[in-house]
Amino acid sequence: MGSDRPKKYEKLIINNKRLDGRTLDELRPVKIEVGVIPSADGSAYIEIGNTKVLAAVHGPKEMFPKHQMNENRAVLNVRYAMLPFSTTERVRPGPSRRSNEISKVTRHALESVIFLEEFPRLAINLTLDIIQADAGTRATAITAGAVALAHAGIPMKSLVAATAVGKIDGKLALDLNGPEDNFGETDMPIAMTSTDKNITLLQMDGDFTKEEFKKALGIVKNSIEPLFEAQRKALQDYYK
Amino acid sequence: MTNIKIIPKKDKKEEIKKETVDNSTDKENKTKDIDTGKKANKIVLPGDELIKSIDYIAGHGTYREGNKIYSKLSGILKNRDHVISVIPLAGKYVPKARDFIIGEVSYITFSNWKVDFGYPSEATLPMLGVPEYIENGVDLTKYYKRGDLIFAAISSVTKGMIIQLTMKDKKARKLYSGKVIFISSPKVPRVIGKEGTMISMIKNKTGCIINVGQNGWIWIKGDNEALATKAIKMVEQYSHKSGLTNMISDFLDKELKKVGPPEKKGEQR
Amino acid sequence: MTILQQNKQYITENIAKSRDDGRKHDQTREISIETGILGKAEGSARVQIGKTEVIVGVKVDIGTPFPDTPKSGVLMVNSEFSALASPEFENGPPREDSIELSRVVDRGIRESNTIAVEDLCIEPGEKVWMVFVDINITNHDGNLIDAAGMAAIAALMSAKVPKINEDGTVNRDGEYKGSLPVKDIPVPVSVGIINSTMIVDATKLEEQCIDSRITITTTKAGNYCAMQQAGSHETTEEQILKIGEIAQKNGKERRLIIEKSVKK
Repeated sequence: MGSDRPKKYEKLIINNKRLDGRTLDELRPVKIEVGVIPSADGSAYIEIGNTKVLAAVHGPKEMFPKHQMNENRAVLNVRYAMLPFSTTERVRPGPSRRSNEISKVTRHALESVIFLEEFPRLAINLTLDIIQADAGTRATAITAGAVALAHAGIPMKSLVAATAVGKIDGKLALDLNGPEDNFGETDMPIAMTSTDKNITLLQMDGDFTKEEFKKALGIVKNSIEPLFEAQRKALQDYYK
Repeated sequence: MTNIKIIPKKDKKEEIKKETVDNSTDKENKTKDIDTGKKANKIVLPGDELIKSIDYIAGHGTYREGNKIYSKLSGILKNRDHVISVIPLAGKYVPKARDFIIGEVSYITFSNWKVDFGYPSEATLPMLGVPEYIENGVDLTKYYKRGDLIFAAISSVTKGMIIQLTMKDKKARKLYSGKVIFISSPKVPRVIGKEGTMISMIKNKTGCIINVGQNGWIWIKGDNEALATKAIKMVEQYSHKSGLTNMISDFLDKELKKVGPPEKKGEQR
Repeated sequence: MTILQQNKQYITENIAKSRDDGRKHDQTREISIETGILGKAEGSARVQIGKTEVIVGVKVDIGTPFPDTPKSGVLMVNSEFSALASPEFENGPPREDSIELSRVVDRGIRESNTIAVEDLCIEPGEKVWMVFVDINITNHDGNLIDAAGMAAIAALMSAKVPKINEDGTVNRDGEYKGSLPVKDIPVPVSVGIINSTMIVDATKLEEQCIDSRITITTTKAGNYCAMQQAGSHETTEEQILKIGEIAQKNGKERRLIIEKSVKK
């Protein structure tokens, strides 16, 4: 954040429009497809703008290693990984500290709504492969993950979708894309439940006043419904 | 039968309207064609609000919060006798006593056989669960050996996933040759059909012997195995649609015209 | 899940006269190839053979050459069997079959001189191009090597080399100086042997019944540039020679499909 800006990104907002033509509170176009991986118990492919993610669920199944199993409920294992060709500079394959942290917060974001007690001692494995990264990868991954879980028949209280609010050129903006995330001042990914709009993922880095933060939360609350609609439509279309 | 309207979450008006929504699982009773466009089965998703009322019971696949009942699953809404439930369209098999399953003998201990049936833990077939009288110390492989396929009944399921099988049922038996295909367990009732109509139709038309395990393992033997497999996979894919029996029947007739009718093998008992 | 003994017997007993999905012994499932699917990669392709699906991304960067080969650029082929693709693929260190796949695909490209590392030199001893071919299996239904090999070459053929900026860095703003110098089209063809019956393009189930598998990569001229035998069974000279012919024939057919898809 705050790296030297190339000329074309000197201003991220011109005449109240962002460089990709969106208004400040507009989501990028969303496309979701269910059941794209035949070998998985549940799967989904999602595109939010230029960020593309593949999500697949295997389970509930036997837990390995056995000593990590929980007697009272299932364990949700989440692996978020950026594929080497997903970014401008190649990412070395394998886990990194960043991918580790994102796997953890993503796991919490989805665990909150799963009825894990219905599958004691078992594992539910969710794999999230980032095929193309243009910011918002964890939010996109969570949104896809929830659809894959629903497709797999995992019982959940609600769907979960995620997006991010940030600050660019001093103004609050929804769903930052790559350059906006790179050259903006703040980024805050948030995941919410479809039933009560309760928050299951919250991370932030940058600079927000108390008012900006409150306003940002409001922006997400008011703008997240289209994501839930896209999730529902994808699932309904799959069963047509 | 009470009819209810599904109220989407964004609808601020909370009223229960009466509308003709077919909530029955008696899919075989429907004579509607797949193409009539009338969606007979409503698909609901996790978090969908199903009803706002304290007079209904939150059945399988649903949960109650306050005076509202929500869906936990992607599935088909069912409303019967004031119980709202959701029939899952996906999910793993949950073993129940008296279910018949197909499994493969994986190993043999001193006093029982362990059977793999696609569940995280293996089932146990005890010596006493076998119709023949077996003396202690007798080589158990004489009865069932590793790799054998059996069609067995679940005699008990305890907490902690201990599943016991029995072969002491006139329907239980060892399965020789043929092949096993795998379908999603929630689709099994559809493959069997109401009072067995779907599976009998497939058996009759293809001339195959078919045993359906509740765990989603299906054993097929006959000359038209490939066709029977296709038909069963089609039922699995279109399980939520109405008029399915006719669709499968037409498909089989069409395919059989190409190859000629099969030799009837009769039921193996 | 390991194949059931009864199913293994069923496939093995019937393989001489028919395959489970009705295909002929030398018939490949439907192949579909799409290139240019990844915006941040310099080259990319997605290949589907039946339900098997592989995505390959080619990344091009500038680096310094290895001290013992100052005039050679770098070509690296890497493969991941994503945990998405099959229930037995776990997250963790690469499986031996993933490593084998990447090395077999690498051999096909390198030994056929498809990408000559000398062609990747910018300034001897100082600057060279580095080409990374990253293979990601997204769904496993058998014949991963063939699918990965096709995706790799399709991605390379459609890859573009970025311009070099004035300050010597790689231009990442979408300015390219041309295509990668790709001089051949190596195509791996794997043949499985079950009880002396040879089958092309085995499904995941069939692969679990195979005694041995021989992969032969052919070039445009029909020559063999890479070979790999897998499986703990012996093969005869006759079988191997026959498989060479099968590889030439199928390689030719698949090459046409690759060329067609890259032209689009």
